[in-house]
Amino acid sequence: MNVINKPDVIGNKWIGARTIRPDGADKVTGRAAYAADNVMPGMIWGKVLRSPHAHARIRSIDTSKAEKLAGVKAVVTHKDIVDFPLDKSVMLGIQDMRWMCRNVMAREKALFHGHPIAAVAATSEEIAAEACKLIEVDYEVLPHVIDIADAIRPDAPILHDFVQFEGKPSNIAGTMVLKSGDIEAGFKDADIIVERTFDSRPVHQGYIEPQACTVSYAADGRVTIWSSSQGQFMVRAMTSLLTGIPQSDIRAIPAEIGGGFGAKTIIYLEPVAVMLSKKSGRPVKMVMTREEVMRATGPAPGSLSTVKIGAKKDGTLVAAQGTFYLQAGGLPGSPLRGPVGCSFAAYAIPNVLSVGYDVVSNRSKVAAYRAPGAPLGAFATECVLDEIAEKLGLDPLEMRLKNSAREGDKAIYGPVFGHVTFAETVDAIRRHPHYTAPLDRNPRPGVKRGRGVASGFWYNAGGESSVQVNITEDGNVVVTTGHPDVGGSRASIANVVAELFGIEHKRVSVLIGDTATIGFSNLTGGSRVTFASAMVATLSTEKVIGQLKERAAKIWNIDAEAIKWQDGMALPAGDNAGKFPPLSLKELAARANDMGGPIGTQVQLNTTGADPGFATHCVDVEVDVDLGIIRVLRYTAAQDVGRALHPSYVEGQIQGGVVQGIGWALSEEYLYDRNGKLDNAGFLDYRMPVCSDVPMIEPIMLEIPNPKHPQGVRGVGEAPIVPPLAAIANAVYDALGKRFTSLPMSPPKVLERLEQP
Amino acid sequence: MADIRYLAPRTLDEAVSAYAAAAGAGRILAGGTDLIVQMRAGMVRPGTIIDIKKIEEMTAIQETPDGGFVIGAAVPGAVLAEHPRFGKAWPGVLEAINLIGSTQVQGRASAGGNLCNASPAGDSVPAMVAAGAAVTIQGPDGRRSLPVEAVPAGPGRTNLAPGEIVVSFTLPPRPKGSGDAYLRMIPRTEMDIAVVGCGVNLTIENGVVKAARVGLGAVAPTVLLVEDAAKALVGSKLEDAALDAAAAACSAACRPINDKRGTIAYRTRVAGVLLKRTAAIAADRARGA
Repeated sequence: MNVINKPDVIGNKWIGARTIRPDGADKVTGRAAYAADNVMPGMIWGKVLRSPHAHARIRSIDTSKAEKLAGVKAVVTHKDIVDFPLDKSVMLGIQDMRWMCRNVMAREKALFHGHPIAAVAATSEEIAAEACKLIEVDYEVLPHVIDIADAIRPDAPILHDFVQFEGKPSNIAGTMVLKSGDIEAGFKDADIIVERTFDSRPVHQGYIEPQACTVSYAADGRVTIWSSSQGQFMVRAMTSLLTGIPQSDIRAIPAEIGGGFGAKTIIYLEPVAVMLSKKSGRPVKMVMTREEVMRATGPAPGSLSTVKIGAKKDGTLVAAQGTFYLQAGGLPGSPLRGPVGCSFAAYAIPNVLSVGYDVVSNRSKVAAYRAPGAPLGAFATECVLDEIAEKLGLDPLEMRLKNSAREGDKAIYGPVFGHVTFAETVDAIRRHPHYTAPLDRNPRPGVKRGRGVASGFWYNAGGESSVQVNITEDGNVVVTTGHPDVGGSRASIANVVAELFGIEHKRVSVLIGDTATIGFSNLTGGSRVTFASAMVATLSTEKVIGQLKERAAKIWNIDAEAIKWQDGMALPAGDNAGKFPPLSLKELAARANDMGGPIGTQVQLNTTGADPGFATHCVDVEVDVDLGIIRVLRYTAAQDVGRALHPSYVEGQIQGGVVQGIGWALSEEYLYDRNGKLDNAGFLDYRMPVCSDVPMIEPIMLEIPNPKHPQGVRGVGEAPIVPPLAAIANAVYDALGKRFTSLPMSPPKVLERLEQP
Repeated sequence: MADIRYLAPRTLDEAVSAYAAAAGAGRILAGGTDLIVQMRAGMVRPGTIIDIKKIEEMTAIQETPDGGFVIGAAVPGAVLAEHPRFGKAWPGVLEAINLIGSTQVQGRASAGGNLCNASPAGDSVPAMVAAGAAVTIQGPDGRRSLPVEAVPAGPGRTNLAPGEIVVSFTLPPRPKGSGDAYLRMIPRTEMDIAVVGCGVNLTIENGVVKAARVGLGAVAPTVLLVEDAAKALVGSKLEDAALDAAAAACSAACRPINDKRGTIAYRTRVAGVLLKRTAAIAADRARGA
């Protein structure tokens, strides 16, 4: 699309201002209505019976005793969920309904401990839980497999008979290959080749709000869903597919969301609650416990990666090969395009072969998590680059600068790059006082410090957005978008719309519509929503300003083209247009009905032009060599953010991504017992960093406007989680002289590695 | 879904008889920071809950004429922290109690609950063991006293007889030149459970260790009193050799398991590391005392 109304960045009043967030007062006073806060008259409670086995064939399910328990109103099993046969893929976005129907309710097999088997709705949560225990399931327990390395062995238990790889039954359910040049010739040309294998454990997104919904299936067959998600239209579409109810009969109303980070781009409860409500004739509420969230909702995959990179003596990269196995969980669907497409994207490497394998195993199915898969690829690639730079005696940042992709280069994942802003992020770190400051490597006996850097890439995305802009009768502005706000989209849109109208920020309200009140809008994810909705909000606002000019034209009896809009008022564009006192938004709104009716519009668009995001990070760590504890002392993150519509939110995105990366690198992991049961299904033993574990993270926002966006916006939410894993591993190497290739770098692992030669 | 009976007696006699009457179905509620969590997780389903926080003796902090302290078993960590003299006499015990849970949990959590929960990883227990604390117990057959280390029997199990309730901890008077300390290893900086915990209590005279006690947590089914470590320290000036010997004694005393919080090798090694670090803090305090 054309660049519209490219703003004068310096002269902006609201764009770039740290305005008060629209959701702030409700959140700090506890008034914000999250999914679990909804109650309805006559409402009953749904509970899920989950598999006690990591892998079992389901021979039969007998629900008769549960149905007879007093207070039980409905029981559902997979028979109540639409079956998508295995031989034909039905896609909704990137989700295959064959896997989603089986994830929501196990069909042939229980594929992980915690896999839903049946669900009960009863007059209380306790009765529903009690009834679940009365459901008799005849399981044929099967050998299970959790880790990638075990799952790809020739003698591994096979999860799905229909999955074949190289002509044999296998747990490798899919592959993705990207290549350029001639990889073998490239390595022949190299003066130095480094090849390393890395592994990591699955990590959870760690949102505070568990999945929850209330569903009302009314007597006329119309369904209303209140739930917390990253996309009410996704909730509607997926529920429709899994229940067979047409989308026009489903209204999905988004609650305030208590964190998603990608995980709430799929659903677990809604179709089950719909069928419980349909069967019982009552509204049904379902709320997951934290334990259920940990056992059965999607984490990011674990990984097993081998990266081999060849370079000339001067540091020029000539060949790169990546092999990435990702742990999908019980059903296929690893985010292969993350590591396969992102790992080498920031670099101009003539010969690349990047291959991903989607490996199923008996653990919960993965869901999106911030830059899905990309941190795993960057962990391997950026550590190998660090090693090459060290071996060649080059500064790791200089080497990255030397090899940065450039405008006009063809990206391995397809498009030709426009202006590439990677080098700017590297340079920002290279010149930052953090990178240039001396480091006290041995501040105390038993303590060693090190510094590391790494970079990251994320595609970013555009896609469908709808935005309504309506002028209230008293001359203020109500904006409705179709996106749940997980990263500050309301605050950002308010800034844009206030700027364009030239009115006080507080006169603009931004709301999130439901599927019945706003046009189709795609998920909040992929760092797309502020990019897309600011673009569409701009078009909507400009249309409304056009309407306002037409009203003024009518009143003054001159051409609309002879009118300009400035500071919230219509004015004659010049002396030739005539002399009229300005007409303010309030005055035009007051006269709206006399002059043609209500003022407002909705614009719907499939947006394009989301340029990729680049980030480069620098971190100092301190290692207690007797306890194996790694602490992060200082962290600086440079990123091209395009235009920070609301800088506080952009900083928050960068800081949040880094903190999640720190947890991934140092302390978070899924631990399974011998029976394939998750052993740490809670925040006590699933160790996300707490405030005192992390330093203040310093974001460097490089505002290099995206030329394809009216305000210059670039997605900012994903890129910051890509570099930390490698940056921290490189810092630990710098401190200890030992490379860690396995995450998390937990204290027992560190101590064990320190004892090795 | 059976109903739960909740009792909040005002005297120990009432509490003991109610607890005895409830037989195996009764549970004592102090701060509830373990019990409520266990109930929510479905690990325990008590028929009767006996809340002991209304019993004066169990929530009192008393100073004995000889300079010791008697701490009610249900005294919350936050309350103990505000006592003007306890933390000066027993900084190690106080810091251990104050490590139980988060700031919010400190408003409820007590040393009595921490001991009776019988987790090998309870933070207050190694410090109490090092302090040489004794517990007063009341049961259907009257009162008795036990050293703290004699109370846990194994993970989740105690040596208390049916109907017996831990009433208070008695900490002895402090000779001049005494200091104690507690350190734990956790992967995070807070909101975590000890992978290894170590309490050390020293009395130093003219630079020589006259008395020492060492308690170790999370390295065996119960919290350990490590007498060999204490022996290695007594008579020394805390030279490297003595500290090495005490650390080795700690490692040798470990009988840990591999679990989600740590490995056998890790715990065994770290027990010795913590002994040295804890002893250094206790010694500083003793020299300053």
